[in-house]
Amino acid sequence: MQANVKKKIVKDIRVDVDKCTGCRSCEMACSAFHAVPKYSSLNPAKARIRVIMDEARDIYVPIRAGEYTQAECTGRNLYTINGKEYSECCFCPSSCPSRDYFKEPDSGLPLKCDMCEDEPPLALPMCVQACQQEALTYIEREEEVKKEEVKLEEMEIVFEELVRKHGKKKVMDTFARLSKS
Amino acid sequence: MRYAERGYNLEIDLSRGSIDRVETDPRSTELYLGGQGAAAKLLWDRVPPEADPFSPENLLIFSSGLLNATPVPGATRTSVNTFSPQTSLMAHSLMGSYFGVEMKHAGYDRIVIRGKSPDLVYLWVNNGKVEIRDASHLRGKGTQETASLIKEELRDAKVQVAAIGPAGENRVYMASIDHSHASAARGPGPVMGDKGLKAIAVRGTQDIHTARPAELFEMCLRLNKELAENPNVGDWMATDEDDSFHHDNFSWGNARTRRKDFWSKELQERWTNLKYDHMDRQTGCYNCPKKCHNVISWPGRKRFSYKCYGKDTYHMAAYQELDFSYDILGVAQELGLDSYSTPQVIAFALELLEAGILTDKDFPGMPSNVKGRFFYLLEIITRREGIGDTLANGVYWAARQIGKGAEKYDHNTVKKFEQLPIKLGKVNPPYFLMIATGEKMSITQIEGSFPQDPLPTVEQRQEFVNNWVATPHEKFKEWFLRWEKRNEISNEASCAITDWNEAMHYIDDSLGLCGFVSSFRGQFGGKTGYHVWNIPELISLSTGLDFDKDKLWKTFQRIRTLVRAVNVRRGLRRKDDRPPEDHWAVRDESFEQKLLDDYYGFKGWTSDGIPTKETLDKLDLNYVSEDFIKRGILTANGGAPS
Repeated sequence: MQANVKKKIVKDIRVDVDKCTGCRSCEMACSAFHAVPKYSSLNPAKARIRVIMDEARDIYVPIRAGEYTQAECTGRNLYTINGKEYSECCFCPSSCPSRDYFKEPDSGLPLKCDMCEDEPPLALPMCVQACQQEALTYIEREEEVKKEEVKLEEMEIVFEELVRKHGKKKVMDTFARLSKS
Repeated sequence: MRYAERGYNLEIDLSRGSIDRVETDPRSTELYLGGQGAAAKLLWDRVPPEADPFSPENLLIFSSGLLNATPVPGATRTSVNTFSPQTSLMAHSLMGSYFGVEMKHAGYDRIVIRGKSPDLVYLWVNNGKVEIRDASHLRGKGTQETASLIKEELRDAKVQVAAIGPAGENRVYMASIDHSHASAARGPGPVMGDKGLKAIAVRGTQDIHTARPAELFEMCLRLNKELAENPNVGDWMATDEDDSFHHDNFSWGNARTRRKDFWSKELQERWTNLKYDHMDRQTGCYNCPKKCHNVISWPGRKRFSYKCYGKDTYHMAAYQELDFSYDILGVAQELGLDSYSTPQVIAFALELLEAGILTDKDFPGMPSNVKGRFFYLLEIITRREGIGDTLANGVYWAARQIGKGAEKYDHNTVKKFEQLPIKLGKVNPPYFLMIATGEKMSITQIEGSFPQDPLPTVEQRQEFVNNWVATPHEKFKEWFLRWEKRNEISNEASCAITDWNEAMHYIDDSLGLCGFVSSFRGQFGGKTGYHVWNIPELISLSTGLDFDKDKLWKTFQRIRTLVRAVNVRRGLRRKDDRPPEDHWAVRDESFEQKLLDDYYGFKGWTSDGIPTKETLDKLDLNYVSEDFIKRGILTANGGAPS
C-alpha cells in the first residue's frame, strides 16, 4: 500500500426498487427510532427515508435523506427505465424547497439520514431491519482514501509570507519588539 | 394524553356544510375499541332505527382501527360503516392500504359524515385544515382517475384518497369505495353517492404516541419478521398458482354449476404464465410484510389489483378463463363496482334472459357473446340505464321488481345480500350457523379460526393440534381431534366454534388488524399471526389500557351484541337467519332449527334472536336493554314478547 493511501469503511444501503411493496415499514421504523425519547412517537412525515410512490405508474423508490439545499435545482431530467418514466426528484435525497420530504413538519428544519448511528451500535440501520422484502439491504464497503496533506493554519500562512518578503530575522525582531510593548 | 388513538372525531354535516372537531370519551375506547366497534356505538346513538339509509340522518363513518398507525404490523384496516340500502342493516365494510393511518396522522380517529350535499363535493382533510370542495369536475370519473386528479389538484402525491366511481354516484347497491389497492364493499358505496360525496382526501403529518413505546416497538419488530416468514398468513390467492380449490368446488354462472374436474396442470401453467407476463409487482398495505396485491397491467386498461377470490369471480360467473377477469377487473374497478356481488348480478340477469323472464328488448344493443355482454351489463348497471336500473339494486330487489318468477332465480342471497357461490352436499353445522346468523354478510368475514374440514387421520389431527397456539380454550383441540365427518359434530362444538370464528373478526375489525394475518388465516394450518393470547398485550402496550384475554373476549361479546342490537332495532329477527335453501343438497330442517335454538341460547339471545336483558346488562349495554323494553322489543321483565 502506498504511504499516502488508507482504507475506510463506507456504510451503504442498497435499494432494489423492484422488490419494494410500498408498505412503508421503513418510514414508520425510522421515525420511531429517531423520536426523542427513542420510539416515543411515530410519524412517517418525520422519517429520513421515504418511499416515492406513484401507484398508477408502478413507481416505488425508497430514498434516504441527504443534504439540505437552499434552492431548487435547475436540472429536471426525466429518466426512462424499463419503460417507466422517473423524474429526477424520484432519486434525489435532498431536503429542498421544491417538496416537503425530509423536513420536520412543524419547524421545517431539514432531516438527514445518520445510518442510525447509536451507542451501542445497531446491527443494521432500523429501516433495513423493518424491510422484510430485501428492497433495502445494508452493505459495508472499503474505500481507499488518500491521506490528507498536512495543511497550514491561517497564521502560519501569514508568517510564511512575511518571512519570504522581509527575511526571518526582521520578522523575529519585530515580533519580539511588539510583544514587549 | 391519548395513546394509539387521537381522541377526536371529525364531524361533517354535508347539508349544512359544517365541520367540527369533536373530542371523544376515552371510556368508549375501553368498551368498544375503535373501527367497527366504535362505529356501531355511533350508529346506535345517532341514527334512529326508522331512518332510511338514503336519508340525511344516515351516517357514513370512516373509522380507523385502534391499532392503525401504531408499529403493530398488519394493523392496516379501516372500517367503513353505515346503514346499507340493500339490507337496511348495518353495513360491514373494510379497506386496507393507507387511509386509516393517514387519517390518524391528520389528527382524527374517525370521519363521520351526515346530511347530503346538494352538489357533488369532495372532502380535503389536511391536518387541522378541512375543506368541503367542489367535485363537479370529477363527476363520472373512475376511482383511480379521481384519486390521480385530486392529488394533482392538491399538488401532493402523498395525499390518500378514498373515492367512489360512477357506480357509487348513481347509488348502485354493489358500488364500492376504492382507495389505493383496497376497496370497501358491501354497502357504503351507494350511501357515499347519495350524500353527494365523491371522495375524501387526507394528508396528515402529526405524531402518534403509544403508552409503552420501546417494549411495543421491540415486540412489533419481532412480529414483523414472524409474519414475513409465516407461510400461513397473507393472501394465498396472490401467491399460490394452484387455484383448484375455488374452480373445482365453487359454483359457476349464477351460483349454478360445479365443475369438479375443471383444474388441470396445463391450465395452471398457462394461467401462471399469463399472470407473470402481466404482473408489475406485488404490493402490501402500510407496515405489513405480506404482499397480497398482485398489480396487473392489462393492455388498454388501468392498472388494477385483485383481492383474494375477486381474481375468479368474473370469469367464473361468465364461464370464461382468467384472461377475461384480467380484461374486465380494471374496468369494473374504475366504475367502482364490487367484484364479489357484481358478477353474480350479471349472471343472474343473463339467466333470466335465457329463461325468457327478461327478453332481448330489455337489453337493446347487447352483444351476442358472453364477454361482450358482461361489459355491456357493467355499463348499464353503472348508469342505471333501462333494466340496469333494476339490476343495480342487487339480485334480491331486482328479482322482486322484475317478478314473473324471477324470485326463484334469487337463490344465493342471505339477508338480501349476495353470498359466495358455494353449493355443497351435506351441511357443515358451524357453517350453517355462520351463514345463517352472520351480520358481516359474507362468510369470508365470519369464518377463519377453526378448520373448514376435518383432517383424515388421527396422526394428522394430533400434529395439527400440537402446533395450535391460537385456540382460546383446550376444548377446541378436543373437538378437532374427535372430528371425522364434516357433518357430524356436536351442537355444543358448533356453537363454540362459530363464536370463536366470529370473535376473531370482531376483534380484528375494531383494532384494524387484517383478517389475512389474523381471523381468516387459522382455518388452513392453524398458525395465525394474531390470536387471543398476544392481542391483549399489543392493546395494553399501545393504548395503556390493561387488557387480558378475558377482558378482550368480553369486549368482543359487547361489540358483537351491540351490532346485533343495532340490527334488531331495525327489524332483524330469526326469520332472517336462514341460509339459501339450496346451499346444501341434503337438509334437515328440524336439526337446523334445533341448532339455531342452541346457538341463540349460547349467545344469550331469545328464541327470536334478540339479546336478552340479562345478556345486555352483563355486557354494560344497559342503555340497549332499556331502549328495547321501551320499544316493546323486550318485555318489561326483559324477556321475549309473546
